[in-house]
Amino acid sequence: MGLAKRIIPCLDVTNGRVVKGINFVALRDAGDPVEISRRYDEQGADELTFLDITASSDNRDLILRIIEEVAAQVFIPLTVGGGVRQVEDVRRLLNAGADKVSINTSAVQNPQLIAEAAGHYGSQCIVVAIDAKQVSGAGADTNRWEVFTHGGRKATGLDAVEWAKKMQSLGAGEILLTSMDRDGTRNGFDLALTRAVSDAVDVPVIASGGVGNLQHLVDGVLQGHAEAVLAASIFHYGEYSIRQAKEYMAQHGIEVRL
Amino acid sequence: MTDIAIIDYGMGNLRSVSKALEHVAPNASVVVTSDPVVVRQAARVVFPGQGAMPNCMHEMDARGLRDAVLDAAASKPFLGICLGLQMLFESSEEGNVQGLGILPGKVRHFPPAVAMQDANGQRLKVPHMGWNQVHQAIEHPLWQGITTDARFYFVHSYYVETANPEPVAAYSFYPFQFTCAVAKDNIFAVQFHPEKSHAAGLTLLGNFVRWEPNFTTKASQIRA
Repeated sequence: MGLAKRIIPCLDVTNGRVVKGINFVALRDAGDPVEISRRYDEQGADELTFLDITASSDNRDLILRIIEEVAAQVFIPLTVGGGVRQVEDVRRLLNAGADKVSINTSAVQNPQLIAEAAGHYGSQCIVVAIDAKQVSGAGADTNRWEVFTHGGRKATGLDAVEWAKKMQSLGAGEILLTSMDRDGTRNGFDLALTRAVSDAVDVPVIASGGVGNLQHLVDGVLQGHAEAVLAASIFHYGEYSIRQAKEYMAQHGIEVRL
Repeated sequence: MTDIAIIDYGMGNLRSVSKALEHVAPNASVVVTSDPVVVRQAARVVFPGQGAMPNCMHEMDARGLRDAVLDAAASKPFLGICLGLQMLFESSEEGNVQGLGILPGKVRHFPPAVAMQDANGQRLKVPHMGWNQVHQAIEHPLWQGITTDARFYFVHSYYVETANPEPVAAYSFYPFQFTCAVAKDNIFAVQFHPEKSHAAGLTLLGNFVRWEPNFTTKASQIRA
């Protein structure tokens, strides 16, 4: 027996509330972040991820207060992302109690930020989030995915697999990979994307986007080769508990922390 | 007097460590400090660390903390966490840097992911990140109330290879067996993060806060 595959509930937070969107839009309220964190912790979540999707910068400090409150009560790793633009933002989140900071748009705008942040605080706390969308390959080319930024609104022209490799080389300690095509659809992870990225890098990959049932979590690990699976709506609305998800994965031969 | 000093040499976030200690010892004074005097006066010392070992050694020395760390490791309940375990050894492959040399052995890098596979034939990634089983090798007050094979949270790319089996307090597999905890006299040090390891981690920290180690003659001489 060795390392367990991780289940990570994701909390999208805006204006102090947890919300969930479909294809990155159409938000629905899901509750209080501290209360939800405590519930997932009790159910055996392996980590928690918070994505601050607050549009304006006015309310940015709200996430720091939420993280402080969660970190005083929940003793599992916390990842926080959203609006991280400079090393100073990383420092503020770590000091508030985050264990890892997830960087997305700013990594594309300024790849050196990853090197700088990893150099300062270590690769173990720098997660690069990649939002990827399938694009039709040229000629005989098969699967290709493009990196998008700004919450999925802006195409970058970057190839997701190559981008993941570059981020690893600059010091990313983990990749949080979201399929924009699948996010919110409940049709399962984009397994080809997940496997392409996971097989291309040495650092752990978290599969994200599209989980609608527990079999999808199993597929993400066994077919997508992900080290961790992230989901939001199947947990937020009480359809499944983390415990149920872990038991299901264990029944399918995946090592989990029960 | 400070009950528990968490040594801060500027490498990594110590808030989680202090919050977890405050949680298990609500009446204790827990201080995050880079002041050697405070470290020397504390009843117990926690020696954490994140990032790269050459930077850790450099930052520790830059703050004049080396002697205070050595003194604490020789004289009072001492808990090393992550890099705070690795730095106790003689040397590391990471930047070929010298460690504190309190325990014989060296720090080695995991082989590249391509060389390691799990039972499903899937490549094992580096860093070793997540919840792994901790197999207790000895009986120890810090293991009290923790089942052997309990899972703790790890995140590291280097592991310690002790020169002899004596200080090994626990081991894990990734995929080969490696030492994840050591114990010697008043020193206990772990590769995993008890402050992030839920109930098992809090139990270990609670055990540390209450631990009254049997000091060796050598340690008490140094103290005198």
